[in-house]
Amino acid sequence: MSQTATTVMTGEQAGHHEHTGLWSWIATVDHKRIGLLYLGTALFFLLTGGVEALMMRIQLMRPNNDFVSPELFNQLFTMHGTTMIFMVVMPTLIGFANYFVPLMIGARDMAYPRLNAMAYWFLPFGGLLMHFSWLAGGAPSAGWFSYAPLSETPFNSTHGVDYWALGLFVMGIGSISTSINIIATIVACRPPGMTLFRMPLFVWMTFVNSFLITLAMPILNASLVMLFVDRLFAAHFFLPEHGGSAVIWQHFFWAFGHPEVYILVLPAFGMVSEVIPVFARRPIFGYGTMVGSVVTIAVLSFGVWAHHMFTVGLGNAADAFFAASTMLIAVPTGIKIFNWGATLWGGSIRLNTAMLFCMAFLIEFTIGGLSGITFAVAPIDWQMNASYYLVAHFHYVIFGGTYFAMMAGIYYWFPKMTGRILSESLGKWHFWATVIGFNMTFFVQHFLGFMGMPRRVYTYPDLPGWATLNLISTIGSFILGTSAFLLVVNVILTSRKPANAGNNPWNAWTLEWLTTSPPPEHNFDYIPPVHGRRPLWDLQHPELPDDAPAQKEAFWDPIFDKFKVGMACFIASESFFFLMLVIGFVFYNTSLHMGAFNAHTLDVPKSSIFTVALLGSSVTLHIAEHYMEAKRRAAFLGWFIFTIALGLVFLIGQGGEYYHLFTTGVTLNANLFSSSFFILTGFHGFHVFVGLVLLLIVLIFAFVGDYNSGKGEIVKTIGWYWHFVDAVWIVVFSTVYLIGPHL
Amino acid sequence: MNQDVIFNSHVATIPVFQPLAAQPATIAHLFTTVLWICAGIMVVVCSMVFGALIKYRHKEGAPEPKPYFGNHTVEIIWTVMPSLIVLWLVWLTIDGMGQYYPDLSKKDQADITVVGHQWWWEAHYKDSGVVVANEIHIPVNKKLYVFLDSADVIHNFWVPQLARKLDAIPGFPNAIYLEAQKPGTYLGACDEYCGVQHAWMRFLVIAQTPEDYAAWVKAQQAPAASPARLTGSAAHGAKLFHDMTCANCHAINNVPALYPQTAPDLTHLVSRQTLGGCIISNTPAELTRWLHDPQAIKPGCRMPNLKLSDDQVADLVNYLETLQ
Repeated sequence: MSQTATTVMTGEQAGHHEHTGLWSWIATVDHKRIGLLYLGTALFFLLTGGVEALMMRIQLMRPNNDFVSPELFNQLFTMHGTTMIFMVVMPTLIGFANYFVPLMIGARDMAYPRLNAMAYWFLPFGGLLMHFSWLAGGAPSAGWFSYAPLSETPFNSTHGVDYWALGLFVMGIGSISTSINIIATIVACRPPGMTLFRMPLFVWMTFVNSFLITLAMPILNASLVMLFVDRLFAAHFFLPEHGGSAVIWQHFFWAFGHPEVYILVLPAFGMVSEVIPVFARRPIFGYGTMVGSVVTIAVLSFGVWAHHMFTVGLGNAADAFFAASTMLIAVPTGIKIFNWGATLWGGSIRLNTAMLFCMAFLIEFTIGGLSGITFAVAPIDWQMNASYYLVAHFHYVIFGGTYFAMMAGIYYWFPKMTGRILSESLGKWHFWATVIGFNMTFFVQHFLGFMGMPRRVYTYPDLPGWATLNLISTIGSFILGTSAFLLVVNVILTSRKPANAGNNPWNAWTLEWLTTSPPPEHNFDYIPPVHGRRPLWDLQHPELPDDAPAQKEAFWDPIFDKFKVGMACFIASESFFFLMLVIGFVFYNTSLHMGAFNAHTLDVPKSSIFTVALLGSSVTLHIAEHYMEAKRRAAFLGWFIFTIALGLVFLIGQGGEYYHLFTTGVTLNANLFSSSFFILTGFHGFHVFVGLVLLLIVLIFAFVGDYNSGKGEIVKTIGWYWHFVDAVWIVVFSTVYLIGPHL
Repeated sequence: MNQDVIFNSHVATIPVFQPLAAQPATIAHLFTTVLWICAGIMVVVCSMVFGALIKYRHKEGAPEPKPYFGNHTVEIIWTVMPSLIVLWLVWLTIDGMGQYYPDLSKKDQADITVVGHQWWWEAHYKDSGVVVANEIHIPVNKKLYVFLDSADVIHNFWVPQLARKLDAIPGFPNAIYLEAQKPGTYLGACDEYCGVQHAWMRFLVIAQTPEDYAAWVKAQQAPAASPARLTGSAAHGAKLFHDMTCANCHAINNVPALYPQTAPDLTHLVSRQTLGGCIISNTPAELTRWLHDPQAIKPGCRMPNLKLSDDQVADLVNYLETLQ
């Protein structure tokens, strides 16, 4: 099933599709084309979000300005933040991952090329949904983290926030799909010799990042579901006046939102880790530590969310805990900075545009990291949170960090993607315009924070110094806008030149530089045996290989079936989604007075019957799988149909329960018990339904007689899903029906 | 816009570093310490990067450097050193926390209860029963317990020189200490985005000597001039105040409004320096402009344009100017 044997590909196997024209891009499942689609889409949205930023800066260039209305300004900063995070930075990083992860590990394509195409198309679809709001009564204006209750219908009655939630949900599904795909590619599609600990660091950091996306996005999606149910079905999860909680939205959002910050930066770390060694002409200093520190950052990132909430009033104990956990992240991050620096020492540094952007990254990102440290010191946050000092801080992290690294990545990999090297002279103009514009725009904002300027204000009074600093910032932002224009010009001018970059213009060492520029659709004609972390170095210097071939060959290196890997990741992702709904149910049913309806309303004995049916279906499915392996077709079909029947019994039972509840007035928005009950059991029921559809598809194949022709693994994989759905029900049933009445 | 009266004099340029109360002073001191630590780290990182760029630039014809894969001893050094700095910072953090969260079980004894509204602040004084909007008078050198509440969405009470900032969240009780060591006017702002006019949810804290403060309280406790004693245009204005539904939202003389808590109490309107969350100065001319069309001055604010005639506005201003 896996593609690990694909070390040799001939041109004939590369398919016979149409290779040009618009349709070839729409229908493509080639990871490189999809990568370019991601990058192109990200560039489009970069210009959109950039124009929004410039409009804000024009408005703020002088006090009491009226270039845009307050309403429009609030829409602009909401859309700017959302666009830059979800439609620019994430797609760019995912685009690079799409293009280069398979190439760097020597794979033919991603593990699931069709899923890859689908995941991409979720991005423009979600982006269009969100931008459609401009035409449908106004863009969202509740800020990119949509704090409740401001984001709720009573305070936000147009449909902007609805489109915002829908768009994010759709793009979230796309990001999760890609991430699962990347994980499966890395785990299951490496050629022999490319062990986990020989993978380039960009692949490692994208790998870790994909786990973050897989686990963090469902947290956002669960929160969005609750917000959406509040807004469209008049529930009140986050409406305090009806017993909901404004603070729980912040917990939920930042439980996603802080891992998201690392989602935005880890692959950028990976790019820098590729570019610096090549242009310093030395291998990365401390590869193992770089991997270890990125894993540490990813794990810690799930335990720091409430540092976004130091002004919520959680108390000294919570503030101290999250301050300490946040500062811990400084250690692995610091190690990275020092290791990049140490790679430079003793090297032979070529200071071209890509390397210049890396050097600027080291400086600007450190500034952003250090101002982050000041925010981690909770009492400082009690003064500086949500001021312009914060705006400066996170732009130094995301712009000074990620954007600079992305630019380095573009200059570094452009020759591989197009066969052409971007103009160095124009590149240097681009670099200096970016550095000067960026620091001019954002460095002064630190001082505006000290001077007391809150973020997200559409205008400000003429206080001493405010006008001057804001004007400097605005001028800087236009220099920054010009720099993006220079990049576009560079790309266009370079595209007109002949493609003569050659396979390996930088004399780099990783596998993507082995093949042609741009690579053929099948990526490689031949992959050499991989013995170390720098396969091309080993080829060029057989006398001085990185690792003696025998030394690490036996290192533990699992190769799993790609479908099982994908399903395992999907199950992990879904677990986090249900975990949030379960936490929501417990929270709302313990902390608040429920009134007329509560968990006592439920008919536990009746529910137990259909619970037994669902749990029994796991057993029958297991027996069916057993007969499938034993190639006893009739027995397999019988038990399999029995499984489907039991699943149907569950759904019918749940339908009956819902009908009874609806007729007695327990509707989706009756109170917080009913709202949390219905979204938890309803989403579970939906998963049972999807499971039944999958089982029916298997059944059809089974009747055709196809189930044992190499598809046994697929049946087992779908079985995993079915068992997972049952396991979730055990948790849900215990929480809602057994523990619920006693909460 | 005419905000001269508000921001003309003695405004601190860098309020975060010009604290005038014990708690923000501790924070400013802590901030300075941490910034110096950060500056030290920045110097190290810059020397590392620029040092390498000066020392190890590629020279024409130089051979490829020998591969070098790292050194665990060095890595341990730059794991342990930052860890020690982190420990130091954690200690500084915990040491700096102290008593910034007042005991919420005593919220009934709060000296002042501040309620955030879209987009203005309301303050109730426990002892005197005084109710004010957007301008909070306090006596100097007294650590006041301020309870924070919200009537709608999340707001944030921020007076950089006098207190830590804290959110005012509906359904989630919060409190801070507010103190001023010197008499003066201090700027405050809402620091949590709260909707279309978040920018103009500014307020003033006016710290006064105990004598001045006592006099202010006394004036605030006195009832406003009774409409019955008014004559001419002002009397007409008082009638308009009810006929044009102003009184539905604005209370005067403890006459509760029909929709309480939607708009500032106007009993002592003239005693305030500003209107509309500090967007304009409180002068008869500005009040006239405001009454003509509040939406033109503060678009999106809750007060509608009542399309008053010039005469009606003049009468209303004459009446409101009696509310000393």
